[in-house]
Amino acid sequence: MKSAAPLVSVENLRVEFKGEFGPITGVKDISFTVQPGETVCVVGESGSGKSVTSLSLLRLVEFGGGRIVSGKLWFRPEGGAPIDLAQIDPEEMPRIRGNQIGMIFQEPMTALNPVFTIGRQLTDGLRRHRGLSAEAATARALELLREVQLPEPARRLKQYPHELSGGMRQRVVIAMAMACRPQLLIADEPTTALDVTIQAEILGLIGRLKRELGMAVLFITHDMAVVAQLADRVVVMRHGELVEEGPVEQIFAAPKADYTKALLASVPKLGEMRGKPGPEPLRIPGAPAAEAFTHAKPEMTGPIGPILSVKGLTTRFPMRGGILQRVVANVHAVEDVSFDIAHAETLALVGESGCGKSTTARSILRLVEPTAGDVIMDGQDIRGLNAGGLRLSRRNMQMVFQDPFASLNPYMRLWKQVAEPILNFDLARGSELDDRIAFLFDRVGLPRDFMRRFPHELSGGQRQRVAIARALSVNPKLIVADEAVSALDVSVQAQVLNLLMELQAEFGLSYLFISHDMAVVERISHRVGVMHLGRIVEIGTRAEVFEDPRHSYTRALLSGVPIADPTHRMIKENSALKPLPSPIFPIGHHPARPIYDEVSRSHFVLQD
Amino acid sequence: MVRFLSVKALIGFTLVGLVVLVALFAPMFIPAERATQMVMTARLQPPSLSFPLGTDQLGRDLLARVMLGAQTSLLIAVSAVVISIVLGLPLGIISGYFGGRIDNVLMRVIDALLSFPVLLLALTISAVLGPNLQNTVIAIGVAFTPFLARIVRGEALRVVQMPYVEAARAAGTRDGAMIMRHILPNIMPALIVQATISLAFAVLAEAALSFLGLGTQPPMASWGLMIQASRQFLDIAPWTALVPGVALAITILGLNLLGDVLRDVLDPRSR
Repeated sequence: MKSAAPLVSVENLRVEFKGEFGPITGVKDISFTVQPGETVCVVGESGSGKSVTSLSLLRLVEFGGGRIVSGKLWFRPEGGAPIDLAQIDPEEMPRIRGNQIGMIFQEPMTALNPVFTIGRQLTDGLRRHRGLSAEAATARALELLREVQLPEPARRLKQYPHELSGGMRQRVVIAMAMACRPQLLIADEPTTALDVTIQAEILGLIGRLKRELGMAVLFITHDMAVVAQLADRVVVMRHGELVEEGPVEQIFAAPKADYTKALLASVPKLGEMRGKPGPEPLRIPGAPAAEAFTHAKPEMTGPIGPILSVKGLTTRFPMRGGILQRVVANVHAVEDVSFDIAHAETLALVGESGCGKSTTARSILRLVEPTAGDVIMDGQDIRGLNAGGLRLSRRNMQMVFQDPFASLNPYMRLWKQVAEPILNFDLARGSELDDRIAFLFDRVGLPRDFMRRFPHELSGGQRQRVAIARALSVNPKLIVADEAVSALDVSVQAQVLNLLMELQAEFGLSYLFISHDMAVVERISHRVGVMHLGRIVEIGTRAEVFEDPRHSYTRALLSGVPIADPTHRMIKENSALKPLPSPIFPIGHHPARPIYDEVSRSHFVLQD
Repeated sequence: MVRFLSVKALIGFTLVGLVVLVALFAPMFIPAERATQMVMTARLQPPSLSFPLGTDQLGRDLLARVMLGAQTSLLIAVSAVVISIVLGLPLGIISGYFGGRIDNVLMRVIDALLSFPVLLLALTISAVLGPNLQNTVIAIGVAFTPFLARIVRGEALRVVQMPYVEAARAAGTRDGAMIMRHILPNIMPALIVQATISLAFAVLAEAALSFLGLGTQPPMASWGLMIQASRQFLDIAPWTALVPGVALAITILGLNLLGDVLRDVLDPRSR
């Protein structure tokens, strides 16, 4: 891949941001190069400066309050002499941005302007940069949409962004970035907000376009598995500094820096748990090796029923329309879902966005009201409870939410937040309460002086520990964890997962673990339910579902997960977009009851 | 940030402190006659040694009037805003937090009230209750309530959707505790901003009511009354409008700065 003249050469780049107490350095003297036609992945956790680096190349960092203090950003335009983008007049940038360098952003929902049609947004750049006439630009836009394999491209041109799914929108964003045939494509976490099967499609598309057009790609991500699938070379960043750089095989096979090793070890890898009897903590380099929790599921003596039993749970949301706001249809979010969770057991519900897994969790706690079905928690019929009884039932069931930034009240001190459930049920007072809170902080691994702090003073992982302490405070029997580790960096995610497993072994907790991440689910769960369109399509022990998947959807889900191994590239370049079926049905529609094939005593598969 | 905060606080405290001191102590040092005494030979005089801020159309000393008027204006504005908060805050929170039918009923009533111009509403209330200081305060306070209730409801609706409220509900928090611990602290910033803005409008509303003969009764001085009276003489005696106008501006500026400071102090993120 070595050629004499690199396309991009970043030399000693330093970017500062204005802070309350003087400048904060976002990127410290970074140097790396991108050759023509090469894919360079910049990988790092939040705050590592990976996005700042890419935004600097487009000189967009200034709009975020940053300043390029020193360094050179050499870019070699087609057939021209290299220019230093750090020194160039900002007025000149629009000629390069979107023309010579294309950019794809993380959020396909917000990267498109909701008030303009897809066609208008695609042709704008073409007319400005290439001086095309309206007809020529439209023809080219159509061609571009075909290139990104969007079905019915002619119709899409007249549609507005909200009429398209997330995966379709990201394809449009890619088409926009490709419109002027840039030599460099910068992609900032382009698949993070997408489901795994759609992620695989998008990664395949980027790979194909890169090869066909000989374009270089600078790919920013936090996901080591995506790096392994896509990169030619890897740049690892941490705290604004370059930790390690090298060819992808070398980084994965023989990482030099301790941080790279830690990063690789923290990633749960699908298939790693093959043949293991129970959940197992992740090894975190530098931390003492934790033992496997084979003892986590104590032998049950006598006929103890399940701690939670869900039968025929159905939740539908009305969709209103027309002038009178009548109910015109129902969203069948959860459709006839049944499962049990035993004492000290983790059942994971896994599926893609919109499959109803979160709604299932909320319906069990009655944070949303189910339409039908039974929820029996520890012998108590949850759906039959009045408001007071429901409140008391929450002593047994607690919840940990996805977003650790939003699930804590910014105006309340942390000890008060952890104490709240205890106060609600008047379980302890005075020094007993203080002791209990201190114990909980110790138990989730937070320093005691954090008790007096406010949420904004903590990192994401620390906040999630507070949320776990809050859930633990009333000694619940079941904790519902809704994407509880999804918003965390990999190294932090590993710690929180280990904590959850430790707590289960110590307190005999049962978990309902909601996640979209197959590798995480494989790590933590005893049993797994795969959800699709509001139904459980397959449920069984972890080994049964992961090692012997029977339903076609489970197989599709498993094959979409990128593997953190550059020698096993499994992304197909020609993956056409699959249409998403809709869970919206007219009023009065009663879907047929699900019929399950029994594969074994614990393994059931939905009949098609 | 900390340094900037204290500059803001210093100016705010100085301005508001000045106005409050004047309002409290001016009546002790300035005999009431100073403000009502008409000197027919000295009508519409520009500022001079004997009348430092000039005189109005009846030859009354503007300095004395603006200082004595401070008490009336502040008292009316602050009391009216307090009334609108006492009425509007619970209405807005109940509406936004409980939603559903309660919200529908309350908000239709509020919308109906909002469709009247504020002054007309205050005028009607004042006319029904009878023209005196106390009734003016009640009239302005009630007339401002729908605005406050609307803003509080909007904020409550936003906060209710936050995951920490759902988390607290999942933790078994009762409605009362939920409102006190989670809803109220998080709508405080918006409430403070609205309250400081309302103060300025309350002073002007009082002026309008006084002009129509329903607020402060002459010869008592209030800033609003002074601004209204100066209307006819703007071209020949602009100071008659400037004196109460500047006093009002200083008060509002000070209150807004203090409101900002209070909001920042309450926000743990700015500590």
